[in-house]
Amino acid sequence: MNMRADSPEQPRRRKLLWLQSGGCGGCTMSLLNAEGPDLLSAFEAANIEVLWHPALSEATGSEVISLMRDIVEGRVHLDILCLEGSVMRGPNGTGKFHMMAGSGKPMMDWIAELARLAGNVVAVGNCAAYGGITGAGGNEVEACGLAYEGTQAGGLLGKDFRSGSGRPVVNIAGCPIHPGWLVETLHQISADTYSRADMDEWGRPLSYTMHLVHHGCSRNEFYEYKASAEKLSDLGCMMENLGCKGTLARADCNIRPWNGSGSCIDGGYPCINCTSPTFEEPGHTFTETPKISGIPVGLPTDMPKAWFVALASLSKAATPQRLRSNATGDHLKVPPTDRTKVKS
Amino acid sequence: MSRLVVGPFNRVEGDLEVKLEISGNQVKEARVNSPLYRGFERILRDKAPLDALIYTPRICGICSVSQSMAAAEALAQAQGLRLPPNGRIANNIVHAAENIADHLSHFYLFFMPDFAREVYAAYPWYADAAERFKAMTGTAAADVLPARAEFLHLMGILAGKWPHTLSIRPGGSTRAVTANEIARMQAIVSGFRRFLQRFLFGDTLERIAAIASGEELAAWAAERPSYSSDFRHFLHLSAALELDRLGRATDRFMSFGAYRAEEGHLFARGVYEDGAIRPLVTAQITEDVSNAWYVQDGQPMDPFSGRTEPDADAPDAYSWCKAPRLGGKVMEVGAIARQVVDGNPLIRDLVSQGGGNVHSRVVARVTEIAHLVLAIEKLLGEIEPGKPFCVQGKIDGSAAVAGLTEAARGSLGHWMLVENGRIANYQIIAPTTWNFSPRDMDGKPGALELALEGAPVRKGEKEPVAVQHIVRSFDPCLVCTVH
Repeated sequence: MNMRADSPEQPRRRKLLWLQSGGCGGCTMSLLNAEGPDLLSAFEAANIEVLWHPALSEATGSEVISLMRDIVEGRVHLDILCLEGSVMRGPNGTGKFHMMAGSGKPMMDWIAELARLAGNVVAVGNCAAYGGITGAGGNEVEACGLAYEGTQAGGLLGKDFRSGSGRPVVNIAGCPIHPGWLVETLHQISADTYSRADMDEWGRPLSYTMHLVHHGCSRNEFYEYKASAEKLSDLGCMMENLGCKGTLARADCNIRPWNGSGSCIDGGYPCINCTSPTFEEPGHTFTETPKISGIPVGLPTDMPKAWFVALASLSKAATPQRLRSNATGDHLKVPPTDRTKVKS
Repeated sequence: MSRLVVGPFNRVEGDLEVKLEISGNQVKEARVNSPLYRGFERILRDKAPLDALIYTPRICGICSVSQSMAAAEALAQAQGLRLPPNGRIANNIVHAAENIADHLSHFYLFFMPDFAREVYAAYPWYADAAERFKAMTGTAAADVLPARAEFLHLMGILAGKWPHTLSIRPGGSTRAVTANEIARMQAIVSGFRRFLQRFLFGDTLERIAAIASGEELAAWAAERPSYSSDFRHFLHLSAALELDRLGRATDRFMSFGAYRAEEGHLFARGVYEDGAIRPLVTAQITEDVSNAWYVQDGQPMDPFSGRTEPDADAPDAYSWCKAPRLGGKVMEVGAIARQVVDGNPLIRDLVSQGGGNVHSRVVARVTEIAHLVLAIEKLLGEIEPGKPFCVQGKIDGSAAVAGLTEAARGSLGHWMLVENGRIANYQIIAPTTWNFSPRDMDGKPGALELALEGAPVRKGEKEPVAVQHIVRSFDPCLVCTVH
């Protein structure tokens, strides 16, 4: 897919294999939304050759199995293994909930074999990173991530796993991923400029988890004055009543737009912290904020509770009428006005 | 007699394995295996009903909005909600945008690359097809990806993001758009229309939507050279390879109806069989697990009482897919079913000539894009900024409700039982569950299994190309199939 041939000036193209297991395919669908440039141009720019991707490649059936054998038997070097979807270990550790088609072998065994040979291993999406939605409920299917099971280090590959390059599994967590999170990380990995220092405590790229979803949130002014939405479709801050985790969640969703201009909060619904391990079982209804004596349980990261309570009551008392009335409607009722403009 | 196992069957959504019994140069029997089980129906037990709007879209990355629409409709019934017009319209636009994007992905990324396979290298049309449609390197992929991504900016405005939006609620949409945002969406759709008219159709959407018979379609195709548009290119290849003689299934078509209007749907609900339309009786829908890896029920189950108890060692089983039937019969679903049920004259004519086949399925899907973009243009003009987009309700006590809609690839239903304010049972029957079902207790094969019987196999083929065309003509989504 790369138009350029290998040449002395041009570094060797990095070979990428993409597998899907216990997931929905939504991370691939999101990846196809890559823009500026499109996905295929981005792969080319990153000097990546896609050996096989289930949604994009021509090869099917035995052609794919023989490619995988070539990798396992050392005839083809695999630079980057991407897994999308959880590792399916059930029932009872047999992996029978996903026998890879055409191979008569559990997908989890293929993943483990290939990961040990790969230069880099990338978990695409919350499922591949931590188990994700597929592990919700009682996790009867024994879903796990590549190097985590929920918040527990380990997963399929074990907590001490390092790929050929010496890196741990890179967790592009999200449900789904933002295309930019993956494309940029793959580019850095391919260029060999990616290191442990670029990752956070959950193995995620700091490039996007150094931010909180709160950063750049278009409802910040409502947050400042605790002018809260009371129901979904209201314009106010969704933290107090509607379960929004934007002040805790680590991602740049309100700095880096989705589908041109969007984000969950901009779409009128709360952040559910989908970049985090175990987001799938929050212990409460997703769109309701759990409270203890009227105070939301999940306070902003780093914020002492007493300060939050004091500041919240102060700012509530100071809420301008404009915000108070806009917070509880689905469209702007009172626009800001410029007091220096003399009424004519 | 010989056997072939084709898998991983890619350029479908999810993993797929097809086992073929070959006799001479033909497929004699096919068994279709959906090899991945995740168990969403069990995950949903005991959850708060509204949390279905978080979990069910994540069944599927390619039809997540359709999953949301089915869940929201069931929840609206449970709360007795009537959507305000703006909410209904906004959700319809989001839903139509997803279905258009899916049709586009299917045509360009999943289906057409098979004509660029080596097996066709000696054909006179090969060089053109390969230049345009070769997977990843063809010129079409470079054209379609930016156009698709920019079209999905509609989602950024109306749904926050795609896939996995939470903007679709039982009472409407969480995202009230303003007049300037409507203008921006109209501009996005206008840009997309230019792409479609230049690359996909080589003609106006209105002209495509007005084609009323197979003969008119052939005449339209002959007006200009095949390379002048991608749809003409397909029609040329289809004629050369006689795709209208490939992959016929039951010719019984079902649609749950798509895009609710004030009354009824934009595309009607119903069943089409033997040239006649009849109403859909949802009470006739059952699921059978005789050949699937589940604890056996001994009889087909109504979805409200259906259960999902995996048993990886179930005897005689060969798929995680259950076998849904309507009145005991195998149904085909998809764009072709939606259009033939709705009375689309072109698709009615194609079906009356050759039934459901590779050609008619693809024509129905591609021409539906034109109909849907025209519908979105109209719907955008009907939004009334400033009026409500969402009403609220409450679920208490019990309910037995079903949300029925159409994903790009066919009929999707969610059956939900609520007891004491929690989900007591949740059963999902997805489009590809219908199309790719295994055999039922009477041994009746599913629609794809039937469509594959008689497919030609060339000498030495391990992945018969005819089988690939037939399988992909259904636009399967395996992650939905088993969920």
